[in-house]
Amino acid sequence: MTDDGAYPDDPAGPFPEPPTTVEDRNDRPITVRRYDETLDRDALEAMYAAFDPADRAQGIPPTGDERIADWLDTITGSETVNVVATHDDAVVGHATLVPDGEATAELAIFVLQDYQGAGIGTHLLETLLGAGQAAGFERVWLSVERWNEPAIALYEKVGFVPSDTESFEHEMAIRLAE
Amino acid sequence: MKLLLGIGGSDDSIRALERSVERAAETDDDLTVAILQNPATEVDPAEIETRVQAVLDEVGVEAAVQHLDGDPGSRLVDLAEREGYDRIVLGGGETSPMGKIKLGSIAEFVLLNSHVSVTLVR
Repeated sequence: MTDDGAYPDDPAGPFPEPPTTVEDRNDRPITVRRYDETLDRDALEAMYAAFDPADRAQGIPPTGDERIADWLDTITGSETVNVVATHDDAVVGHATLVPDGEATAELAIFVLQDYQGAGIGTHLLETLLGAGQAAGFERVWLSVERWNEPAIALYEKVGFVPSDTESFEHEMAIRLAE
Repeated sequence: MKLLLGIGGSDDSIRALERSVERAAETDDDLTVAILQNPATEVDPAEIETRVQAVLDEVGVEAAVQHLDGDPGSRLVDLAEREGYDRIVLGGGETSPMGKIKLGSIAEFVLLNSHVSVTLVR
């Protein structure tokens, strides 16, 4: 979504840059840091292999090892920004910015089922936006199923505003820099 | 089976065309291609017709081709119901940079309003 008028006038933030560590609501120490292909690829694939298909949205994450691997190749490719939430050695959450035109990116975030509802999504999202700001992204958009009120509330909390509510999916946008 | 393929020029509609024509060659489906005005694409209908003919010729399938003016979704549903089609076939949506599928407005309208079964091609 590259139409500048669909984004809020004022930049949101400031957001923290990775790495950041918080205790989640279940007293688990959760670290959000930049994704490292060499260190994290296997753990990230394991997270998506364990992901509950009932939480898929608009076809992602895909199912099956091969489709997951192809998809991860795309969304962790050059010019993308990726952060992972880790607990001990496991990757339990992942958020990504994929370029979509000049200084613009599409956002997605996934948290493993056992770690949902513990405040990790907010932490992951804010740290991703901090990394996105540092990487020079000015505009970020996402789409979310319009009945997914917890997700919409989370996005609004960090500063996203609705940009297209007409279609099947609800689109939201945030400005990171002028 | 009597199939009505709606095509407005988006990439997913072109894929639906190719797959439907290949399938018609195998199954002897009776295929009609309806060229729609998709406000999201701005592809010239004459250009779409050239593309449709090329695919039909290449695979060796015959199909009636017609142009539907006006609102694409409602005209397509109306034609399918009026002329007793068994199925409407449409492209299954565009993919965002992230890999998310987004249904087009025509598919959304047809899915919600058609009494004829609908196939979305992936």
